[in-house]
Amino acid sequence: MRVPLSWLNDYVDVKDIPVQELRQRLDLAGLEVETVEIIGYEGSELPWDPEKVMTAEVLAVRPHPDANRLVLVEVNYGGEEHEIVVTGAPSLFARKGESDLHLKVAFAWEGAILYDGHSEEWKKHKLKPTKIRGVPSRAMVCSEKELGLAEEQTDIIYLSPDTPVGLPLTEVLGDYILDFDIKGPFGHLQSIYGIAREVAVLVDRPFKREPLEAIRRLQLNVVKQPEFVELEIADPDLCPRYTATMIRGITIQPSPLWMQLRLKRAGMRPINNIVDITNYVMLELGQPLHAFDYKHLRHRAGSEKPAIIVRRAGDGEQMKTLDEELRTFDGEMLLITDGGGPVAVGGVMGGLESEVEATTQDVLLEAASFNFINIRRTSQTLKLFTESASRFGKRVDSELALVAGARAAELMAELGGGSVGTVAGDLYPGKPEMTVIQYDPALAQRILGVEVPVAEQQRILTALEFQVVPVNSSGEDIVWDVTVPSYRLDVRIPVDLVEEIGRVWGYDQFPHTLITEELPPLRHNKELENTERIQDIMVGLGLDEIITYSLVGPEDEVLLHPVAGQSLELPGTPVVLRNSIAPERSQMRRSLLPGMLRTAWSNLRFMDYIAVFEVGSIYYKVGEPNLEAGDTGVAEPRQLSVLLTGPRQGRWWQETDREYVDYFDLKGIVEALLARLALVDQVAWSKGAHPAFHPGRCAKVALGDKTLGYMGELHPLVREAFDLPEQPVVVLELDLAILMEAAEAADAEKKVGTMATYAPVYEDLAFVVDEAVPALDLQRAIVKAGYPLVADALLFDVYRGPQVGEGRKSLAFALTYQAPDRSLDEKDVGKLRNRIIKQLERGLKAQLRTA
Amino acid sequence: MDLFEQLEQVRTEALDNLVTIDSQVDLVTWEKRYFGRKGLVTQQLRSIGSLPQEERKTFGQRLNDIKQELSTAYEAHAQQVKLAEIEAELASGAVDVTLPGRAVAAGHLHLTTQTLRQIYGIFAKMGFEVYEAPDVELEKLNFDMLNIPAYHPARDMWDTFWVDEQRLLRTHTSPGQVRVMRERYPEPIRVILPGKCYRYEQITARSEHQFYQVEGLAVGRNITMTDLIGTLTQFTRMFYGASRTTRVRSSYFPFTEPSIEVDTDCILCGGKGCPVCKYTGWLEIGGAGMTHPVVLQNGGYDPDEWSGFAFGLGVERPAMMKYGVEDIRLFYRNDLRFLRQF
Ligand SMILES: [Zn+2]
Repeated sequence: MRVPLSWLNDYVDVKDIPVQELRQRLDLAGLEVETVEIIGYEGSELPWDPEKVMTAEVLAVRPHPDANRLVLVEVNYGGEEHEIVVTGAPSLFARKGESDLHLKVAFAWEGAILYDGHSEEWKKHKLKPTKIRGVPSRAMVCSEKELGLAEEQTDIIYLSPDTPVGLPLTEVLGDYILDFDIKGPFGHLQSIYGIAREVAVLVDRPFKREPLEAIRRLQLNVVKQPEFVELEIADPDLCPRYTATMIRGITIQPSPLWMQLRLKRAGMRPINNIVDITNYVMLELGQPLHAFDYKHLRHRAGSEKPAIIVRRAGDGEQMKTLDEELRTFDGEMLLITDGGGPVAVGGVMGGLESEVEATTQDVLLEAASFNFINIRRTSQTLKLFTESASRFGKRVDSELALVAGARAAELMAELGGGSVGTVAGDLYPGKPEMTVIQYDPALAQRILGVEVPVAEQQRILTALEFQVVPVNSSGEDIVWDVTVPSYRLDVRIPVDLVEEIGRVWGYDQFPHTLITEELPPLRHNKELENTERIQDIMVGLGLDEIITYSLVGPEDEVLLHPVAGQSLELPGTPVVLRNSIAPERSQMRRSLLPGMLRTAWSNLRFMDYIAVFEVGSIYYKVGEPNLEAGDTGVAEPRQLSVLLTGPRQGRWWQETDREYVDYFDLKGIVEALLARLALVDQVAWSKGAHPAFHPGRCAKVALGDKTLGYMGELHPLVREAFDLPEQPVVVLELDLAILMEAAEAADAEKKVGTMATYAPVYEDLAFVVDEAVPALDLQRAIVKAGYPLVADALLFDVYRGPQVGEGRKSLAFALTYQAPDRSLDEKDVGKLRNRIIKQLERGLKAQLRTA
Repeated sequence: MDLFEQLEQVRTEALDNLVTIDSQVDLVTWEKRYFGRKGLVTQQLRSIGSLPQEERKTFGQRLNDIKQELSTAYEAHAQQVKLAEIEAELASGAVDVTLPGRAVAAGHLHLTTQTLRQIYGIFAKMGFEVYEAPDVELEKLNFDMLNIPAYHPARDMWDTFWVDEQRLLRTHTSPGQVRVMRERYPEPIRVILPGKCYRYEQITARSEHQFYQVEGLAVGRNITMTDLIGTLTQFTRMFYGASRTTRVRSSYFPFTEPSIEVDTDCILCGGKGCPVCKYTGWLEIGGAGMTHPVVLQNGGYDPDEWSGFAFGLGVERPAMMKYGVEDIRLFYRNDLRFLRQF
């Protein structure tokens, strides 16, 4: 909402308040000024030097002695002598030879900085004295472009005839335009007048009511059925009020400069006087209006006069709107129709047929009130976003309709040369009751926490045009009946009044306190605690955390199973958006892997080693939503994902391990994680089958009967699908809930173990087993067989070859034997060794390998 | 040469030899030569038998003295040799201390995580615990229950990703307010609700379709606006620095009444005005207000008996301001060169 201060000053005089100060005051009261555009004054793009750019009058236009297309203009700028200016301005050239003119213009002296009117761009230049075809020239009359007021160089600018001569131009054309960001459905703040009303209260100055008094000035006789039109509201639920005013005998022409300037500064394009006036009054008072060309309004059969019927559209009914689009309506859209059919989409846009045109003489002016929800629905459904729909959609006071209609009619007569009919039509079936709120001033303290004196509350409400009537003030208990002004459609309940009091009283005066009452019982947030625990462990292991987009494309899931005939089992059904900003952001992820892989891709352009993790949710539908229970029907379990790729060590000044990281680097990280969670012994590892992974280098990780997830080396085709280089990329994705549930259980059971003080005995044993026997099984079998005396069994060698035979392998373990209560002797160790060998033979068909 | 002379000769020779020794190895040899089983000093002890009875005592006495003397001299010299050897080793073992060390990966928490944790920590001090709500939300909770019915103009404040008729991606963390109220009634409440939010917006340097928010909610018997302002002022001091000042503006949100916005003096220009603060000297840190009676009611709390406040804070934007990050897209594009700076 753009508000030129020059316009606002018509209603409340704030000329002497510095703009920044005014802005601050408005900001604090909730009228947020987003930007301030300065025109002409200091601080603008092109400040007009008050000494050099001023108002003046052209007195006479004489031929140039030596140039056909130029003229010499005699200008009175308020100085002792008149100045002769050389110009080629078309409108002055056209008056060659005339004198006694008194045309008010913008005049600039040498030294003034202006825009170059002939340049396509905004090019500043300093006016220099010159000689044009032998005639000296040291000043000029300016165009809008030269002053920075218009994009294009047209003619010079003419000021209104009553402009005094010799004033700094800023006093006439300078301005500050405040651009307000009004959040929320505040119809009463969608107008200059409405903003001015707020300003008047905030700066405590008088407020002019003339714009609202045109009905009285025009002495309008308001009736339900005027002689010039038949009015009917068929659907009063959508149109509580419809008024019509007649203006006859007008001449369509451009509106005067002052109005054009105001419209432009408020962000609208001038068109012609009638259309401009409807826009002007909409900007001024916030009431959208529509002007029909009276001669195009059709009669009902057998009627003497045209008809206006406000009704819902028939399903599929059509009309061409002003923008020359053929629109099709549904049965919930409201149309303004005449005796022959639709002439406007109520409150949204007029029809093409009945539009005001160059030949229009008589205008029927509509000022109506519409249901705001319905206007918004229509506007959104038709994708027809007009100033009118925007304002009606924020709720316009129905009391304003005829007031604004009369105001516009008055201006049309004034600026269009017509006359306003003495009778206006007004159907008002939906006239609302006045809103009266029972208000106890003690509520202000209860909500605000600060005591605003009762008298002050009353003053504020009254200044905001609320009527405060004390009722039943027995003793201490005060209760007021507060009548809400019709335009404050946002104020309905007592706390709404508290807000009015708070914001005008000023929150900056409030003391700062903290909650003093009883503490709510504190609870753990297990999910967050677990997330943070995992994040900290992973960062400690040297990984960088990433957070990727929750939204991915359907293709991302497809790319994870590149081998024909294979499919990827992802949980549930995907959460797909109905509206998306891009195909690659059109559904919620069901795996963290695509985000990981894309992160790897983008970073590998700049570095060779990447070790990252993400803890985040995946999303999938598990059922229908249950509104009562607040159940969305979407599961959002958290996952942990890790990716490693690149050389194991960076280059250094001594030799380093430059091999690419592989499965076992990732496994090492997982083992460290499991060690931190005390889960090493509980995890079941097995060969995994997952389409995104290298079939021989994929592990399925499980806890009990629950699959924790998969890890391993990425399938080369997946790698290729994500544009990754030909090097091992190892990834994992684990279910955080399953992992952390086990971790919590492990933590609950955890009791500190003893750290034996007796010297351990070390011994290496190698076993030969079938190739199919997993190393982990052997290792666990050793620990189990030697329980509790085997403190450690570390696999340190894997051998395959002729010495052990085809299909067999030798696994060598470094064993640590340790008893808590004594030193083990030769005899103990011998017994222990035999037990291990025997049990491994029995369980795994393992044979001790002897040297 | 008699035995006495012989003894004195051994002594002199041993001492002379000792001072020339400069290595551990030679020391061992020296010790063997004089004190070994067949060492020269040891042999002197054996020869004592060949002396006449009356001289034996004197000889023995002298031998003992010499043994004592040599052993003391040996210890002293051995210490010298050891120190000299260490010194020599140290002298040859010097490294260029400016050479780079063996790389150890230092992991980094994402900047968003770091900011979130900072916010959690500050509010924890004021008794606020963290409550999390889903990303995919019911329209009913994201809008209707927050006093924003369908087609209501207030809905224009949020551009929404829709899943179907009833579900959407939450546009703000506010729906969690109703969830926590329904779960906790009739307890008083003090929670913050962090999380990812989504807006149907084109991605630019200034706006992302995914971002984090931290909502706050307090419900109690006497919660007031001054409590809200005090809480947010404390937060600002902790988060932005103790010297920061705040100002409170009136504002509008459908789920709070009265509604406010809290600003802090611009950390970039110190309040003088700059492009970042749009020349106002102030930066918005969050929207807030007293919980609207309708929302309290929807959460199960009778607005005549209970009151509450709520606030919503950005997460990326404060971090951007603090570190001069000019492009919000850097957060979730995960350029490690960016993330490793924090
Ligand atoms: Zn600033």
